Amino acid sequence: MNDEPAFTLSRRGALVGGAAAAAAGAVPIDAGAAPTGPAQPAPPTVPVRFTVNGKARALDLDPRVTLLDALREHLNLTGSKKGCDHGQCGACTVMVEGKRINSCLTLAVMHDGDAITTIEGLGRPGDLHPMQAAFVKHDGFQCGYCTPGQIMSSIAVLQEIKDGVPSYVTADVAGSATLTGEELRERMSGNICRCAAYSNIIAAIADVAGAKDVA
Amino acid sequence: MKFETPAGTNPIDQRRVIGKPTPRIDGPLKVTGTAPYAFERNDVAPGHAYGVIVGSAVAKGRIARIDTADAARAPGVIAIVTHENAGKLGKAKAHTATMLAGPMVEHYDQAVAIVVAETFEQARDAAKRVRVDYARAKGRYDLAAAKAGAPIAPGDKMKTAVGDFARAFAAAPVTVDATYTTPDQSHTMMEPHATIAAWDGDTVTLWTSNQMIAWAVRDMSETLLIPKEKIRVVSPYVGGGFGGKLWVRSDAVMAALAARAAKRPVKVALARAQIMNNTTHRPATIQRIRLGADRTGKITAIAHQTWSGDLPGGGPETAANQTQLLYAGANRLTETRLAVLDLPEANAMRAPGEAPGMMALEVAMDELAEKLGMDPVRLRILNDTQVDPEKPERPFSDRHLVRCLEEGAQRFGWARRSATPGKMRDGRWLVGMGVAAAFRNNMNMKSGARVGVDRKGMVTVATDMTDIGTGSYTIIAQTAAEMMGVPLDKVIVLLGDSRFPESAGSGGQWGGNSSTAGVYAACVDLRRRIAQKLGFDADRATFADGKVSDGGRSVDLAKAAGDDGISGEDTIEFGRLNDDYAQATFGAHFVEAGVDAHTGEIRVRRMSGVYDAGRILNPVSARSQVIGGMSMGIGAALMEDAVVDPRFGYFVNHDLAEYHVPVHLDVPHQEVVFLDTLDDKTSPMKAKGVGELGMCGAAAAVANAVYNACGVRIRDYPLTLDKVLKGLARV
Repeated sequence: MNDEPAFTLSRRGALVGGAAAAAAGAVPIDAGAAPTGPAQPAPPTVPVRFTVNGKARALDLDPRVTLLDALREHLNLTGSKKGCDHGQCGACTVMVEGKRINSCLTLAVMHDGDAITTIEGLGRPGDLHPMQAAFVKHDGFQCGYCTPGQIMSSIAVLQEIKDGVPSYVTADVAGSATLTGEELRERMSGNICRCAAYSNIIAAIADVAGAKDVA
Repeated sequence: MKFETPAGTNPIDQRRVIGKPTPRIDGPLKVTGTAPYAFERNDVAPGHAYGVIVGSAVAKGRIARIDTADAARAPGVIAIVTHENAGKLGKAKAHTATMLAGPMVEHYDQAVAIVVAETFEQARDAAKRVRVDYARAKGRYDLAAAKAGAPIAPGDKMKTAVGDFARAFAAAPVTVDATYTTPDQSHTMMEPHATIAAWDGDTVTLWTSNQMIAWAVRDMSETLLIPKEKIRVVSPYVGGGFGGKLWVRSDAVMAALAARAAKRPVKVALARAQIMNNTTHRPATIQRIRLGADRTGKITAIAHQTWSGDLPGGGPETAANQTQLLYAGANRLTETRLAVLDLPEANAMRAPGEAPGMMALEVAMDELAEKLGMDPVRLRILNDTQVDPEKPERPFSDRHLVRCLEEGAQRFGWARRSATPGKMRDGRWLVGMGVAAAFRNNMNMKSGARVGVDRKGMVTVATDMTDIGTGSYTIIAQTAAEMMGVPLDKVIVLLGDSRFPESAGSGGQWGGNSSTAGVYAACVDLRRRIAQKLGFDADRATFADGKVSDGGRSVDLAKAAGDDGISGEDTIEFGRLNDDYAQATFGAHFVEAGVDAHTGEIRVRRMSGVYDAGRILNPVSARSQVIGGMSMGIGAALMEDAVVDPRFGYFVNHDLAEYHVPVHLDVPHQEVVFLDTLDDKTSPMKAKGVGELGMCGAAAAVANAVYNACGVRIRDYPLTLDKVLKGLARV
């Protein structure tokens, strides 16, 4: 074992424990038993009311709960997925007030009064939304984990193009956005699919949009 | 059932269901978000608590002290497990590093503790209050520095030699001698590793995300030091694996320990930012390739030496695999060397060996073609072999690489390619075309299944096989439907539970062929039992249209099953056909790439391929497997690079924002063609794997297209702007 006392930049403690003052003597760790010392009180909860898939919901939440975790852990709507919890992958995409949003990047308490639509609000097996059916038809998924987010984004993307919202690849941002393969790909690029069903997802979206020449 | 001789005609050849483009039977669940992944099994674990893992902040050293007092007092905390109170643990033989550090730390972000609390937010907060003092040790993190003196890796075929390479290479009129490097890569499956663990007395159940159920049971047994019978593993839906979930990781082990300590079910998911350093990765390689050819292009000398690193006791990236088999040539040498590094555990990622190996070999072939003044498609065709070139008495079972290359070239419009780089221009884009062979070994693994028919004529298959996006549910249903003579909607498939017969699992692209062969074997057993029950001749009886028939008699399958139903079970076991024959899958990748003449930006404009993998069980999911591999090849070529911090010994860019994988805009529409071939040496299914084939060679095709576009040869993956621009300045 070659210790490195010369290494002055120490990551010891600091990164893991933060800058909190060192605790007093070691407390015996007894797994399963109640923690020793006075437990700190739980933080106050905050009431929040919103509509999810047309149904009114009322929750009392720790203010740190994300919208994603409110859905998954408190309402048992596990269709919205947690791929990264940092807005990097898009698997948690839901609609809030008709616009797509990464539900992991927003706190539930910020959505009091909002109308939220999740993948569960679109269709169910045997009664699929056209976009869900198109994903099955074109095999627009493999493992299925990013799929709810891809589908929510797909629906939003078609609406955004219809509404004339420009994207990075729109040639004339003042003009109207057209439904091209490149537009779809750019607008879908916030939804990562590591299985890379991309080619099939674009085919599914184009099918729903009735766009034949999109490749 | 022992598979020891080439398959004759069997019910699979009827192709009523097998081979038909079939939408996934699990599709409706997946597109509605109702397929439950591990962390979502709230139904089975009521009253569960949440566990958050604390990872080591040093890469190598010793835990001097863990102070959990603050964390234990934090709101909602139920239990904290560290090496000091975890009890005695073993290390599974399949694990290179332990799943719980202490007192020694073997790699960065190795689990040092798990904090269990009532809610996720409380556990996450309390985990930050665990303070750990480390005595850091000096580690080895730089492959280039560790390369000198790295010994031949342990294992078979780590050093092979035929003829006299040195002499033939020295005598060859045309040679290439180049060194290529590939970086560390991360599986980056979309579903983080996750487990819910619940104890019932001395028995633990793990709802987890895992590719290999029987291995998971074995490795948990070796880690927790409890009998396998006391462990149940359930993993019916897996949100991607790519090799990263071949073995249980810390989420499973720490969830089990946490649930035991908390006396409640505990669910644990690795945070995205933990995954790259806590779990496994594909290790970086340094590969030296030497090719010698005569002036007609015939290879006379071929050598591939490769170096990678792993923790002590680990294994190598076998990047010379394909070079032992892909091209002819009388004088040959391969060496696979392994250095010791203290980075996180290196292990299998999609097509271990061939994926990075083909990134080097297939660029070397491009370089040789250019030196010869020969078309690179033609060079590959000229050096095709129908026998194992290291062992000429061992033929390939079925090999159509030449057809893949010819048909692919024709479909792609390869004739329009300019042999001289930099000659095609489209506005600001320099445009080029590249080709590479696709090659991946075919492995077969013992696989079992149980198949039953109930009184309604429903056929149920149960096997511990997993579907990691590969389409297992559907091809298994197709196999059972074909064998039992029922439509697809009369088949129920149950996967991913250690209570079911042990299967091949999902890995090494063996899952599709092997698991369906296991279902085939179980169906043969069931057919025999049904025939016997009816007094039919088992060999002669036919199963079609929901009926069993023999001679003039015909009985409904439902009726044959009777009120109690009837079931069969068997395991397919493979004999010597994989020794006597070289079994592999083949293909040809074609890529058109654009390189921005000013910025060096690379875009893949077109990508297609022709593949030869025996019977294609379901063209829909097989195509998806291949485009997934091709896209991962784009990632490997252009962006994927787990950057090592050589001071601290960890991957710096350990999340999805910084470790770049291809997104929609990076991937064009892809054309995939499968040759209509059958390989009767692989299994009764006459199929081979496709899950990894699409990746092998794809990155090299991109790199070759970039060279053809702009004349910049980059041998250090990934091909990023800085490397292109540096070269463009010289061109």
